[in-house]
Amino acid sequence: MNARHYYSSLTRNVTLIIILVSFTPLILMAGLIGYYIETSYREKIMEHLHELVEKHQQLINSFLDEKLSDIKVLADSYTYDELTDETFLQNKLVILQNAYSGVFVDLGVVNSAGIQISYAGNLNLLNAGYSNAEWFREAIKRDYYLSDVFLGLRRSPHFIICVKKRHGDAEWLLRATLDFVAFNSLVERIHVGETGSALIVNSAGELQTRNGTELAPSLTGLLRSTSWAGRGGRESAEPAASGVAEVKAISSDTNVVSGIVKSMNRNFIFILMPLKSGEWTLAYRQDQDDAFSEVDRARVVVLSIFGFGCLAIVLVALFISRKVVGQIEKADLEKEIMNDQVIEAGKLASIGELAAGIAHEINNPVAIMVEEAGWLEDLLAEEESQKCRNFDEFRRSLKQISKQGVRCKDITHKLLSFARKTDPVHHEIQLNDIIDEILGICEQRSKFENIRIQTELDQRLPPIMASPTELQQVFMNLINNAIDAIGSGGGLLEIRSRVEGDKVVVDIADTGHGIPKSVMARMFDPFFTTKPVGKGTGLGLSICYGIVKKLGGDLTVDSAVGLGTTFHVSLPVHSQTS
Amino acid sequence: MAVEILIVDDEVEFAETFAERLELRGFTAHIAHSGEQALQLVDEGRAKIMVLDLKMPGMDGLEVLRRVKKSHPDIEVIILSGHGSEMDESFVLNLGAFAYLRKPADIGDILEIVKRAGKLLADRT
Repeated sequence: MNARHYYSSLTRNVTLIIILVSFTPLILMAGLIGYYIETSYREKIMEHLHELVEKHQQLINSFLDEKLSDIKVLADSYTYDELTDETFLQNKLVILQNAYSGVFVDLGVVNSAGIQISYAGNLNLLNAGYSNAEWFREAIKRDYYLSDVFLGLRRSPHFIICVKKRHGDAEWLLRATLDFVAFNSLVERIHVGETGSALIVNSAGELQTRNGTELAPSLTGLLRSTSWAGRGGRESAEPAASGVAEVKAISSDTNVVSGIVKSMNRNFIFILMPLKSGEWTLAYRQDQDDAFSEVDRARVVVLSIFGFGCLAIVLVALFISRKVVGQIEKADLEKEIMNDQVIEAGKLASIGELAAGIAHEINNPVAIMVEEAGWLEDLLAEEESQKCRNFDEFRRSLKQISKQGVRCKDITHKLLSFARKTDPVHHEIQLNDIIDEILGICEQRSKFENIRIQTELDQRLPPIMASPTELQQVFMNLINNAIDAIGSGGGLLEIRSRVEGDKVVVDIADTGHGIPKSVMARMFDPFFTTKPVGKGTGLGLSICYGIVKKLGGDLTVDSAVGLGTTFHVSLPVHSQTS
Repeated sequence: MAVEILIVDDEVEFAETFAERLELRGFTAHIAHSGEQALQLVDEGRAKIMVLDLKMPGMDGLEVLRRVKKSHPDIEVIILSGHGSEMDESFVLNLGAFAYLRKPADIGDILEIVKRAGKLLADRT
């Protein structure tokens, strides 16, 4: 459970480190680059809009200046008498209309009393009285004048250019009406994106062009912050306007005011520039989302790439960390098993050395005993001794001593040869010999447990290449397991060897308690044991399995609960030594 | 002709009993309790057949075998050791030993081998 926790926390840490290390630069880079690109792109767009509006400002200004100077030239070039001649004036109007098609609607001369004393044009405005018209009151005060757009006597929107001249003591005005439609087209030509458009307002915020009527209110607030407009504006219009529009950002210059205004839940970009020396204002307006649509699109792309990148990093981090930790876990487990195997091998080796020493030390005294017994037998063979009463009994006893001595020799010899073969070097081996050797060691124990051992060994078994120690370990384990399975109740242990194709197969069958299915699935797992705590390491079968697999063989098992178990060890005749 | 046999073993009891049993069977037996003593007796020409233990303090049986085979190749050496395995057997046979027996060995087995060695010696002369 602890190990589980360790590996899961390791997985988590590796994942977090990968994510952190990958995310930090990604976020920093995406954020910084995104910020700079967006900022500079926005600046670029604003600059572009400024330039556009400025160009049109110049265009409109020059249009108005041009028309004004035309009228000035007309007024300067000709005398009052000439201009009050209607035919002459008609003539001039035709010339102007030819030069600027559709711009000049009519020409007229107005005297200081506001009476149009001469008129050329389509309307019948001769002797019309303008003394109460606002443009007249303004125009009479100055040398020249450009009026706001108004409906006037003709009831259609137009505006007027007039130049004031002096004839004797009386002042008179040369007046020209400019077509609103022609002028309007100059402004309407400004059209950017879906919502970008321009309009002109006078200093009071009244529209001088046709389009964008719904925006006018939001403009008045901005107009106040310009350096040129709003001075003469009517205060009454403002409170209503500021209620609908909220100025979010503004930057003003002497010649330009730009900003963002929130109106009707949308953000609009505004650029205001003065026209006609500040009497009018050219206002450009565009929906912010529309103006910066490119930026938004780019942001969506960048964000989705960023999102996918993050997702990919997370997935890869999870995948890699799981995989790496899985490998580590596997390696740890293998190392653990290896360690145990090394310990096991070490134990066997030291037991082997001990056994060899003991065997040798025992052989010498046994040899003396046997020799002495032999000597006594020799002496008994002499004639006098044969008369002894217990002669036969002596002889039998001495024979028994010799016989038991030979038995001791067999035991120690087996112990010695078992101990000697603790090297993992592969030799040519007769499997039958190994089985005999192990059975010799296990014989006593099985007799004690009342177990009959039956062998059926194929004498024509070909030799195999393997390490004797390892094979001893395999058969020792399997035979010991079989004896354990049978238990003290007694039973039959059968060992058969045979050739099957290019394999040598050994069956170890017991009549023990059998292996339940649930155990069968895990029986070769390291550390899995059904023996009581402290009795088994759970390594025996897994080591056997490892050894057999390493030799290119296979270890399989058939078992029926209550009937017994058979292990099949199959080993290749020509083993690929590894 | 009595065949002279040299018994080399650090186990004094074993060597003496073994020698007595051989003499009872008509052989002349000498005893050496160490490798050095054995070589000295060989140099004195006291034996044609040697029964040699392998594990002894001081000079061990293998060394004695090597030296004897070098200085007196005609002497037949029978190894009788308590410390044994197949590997030692083939090893000592390669060094020129006549036979290899494990302790405790039956006197009959030993006598048979000694007789074979004696016959080989007789044939040779």
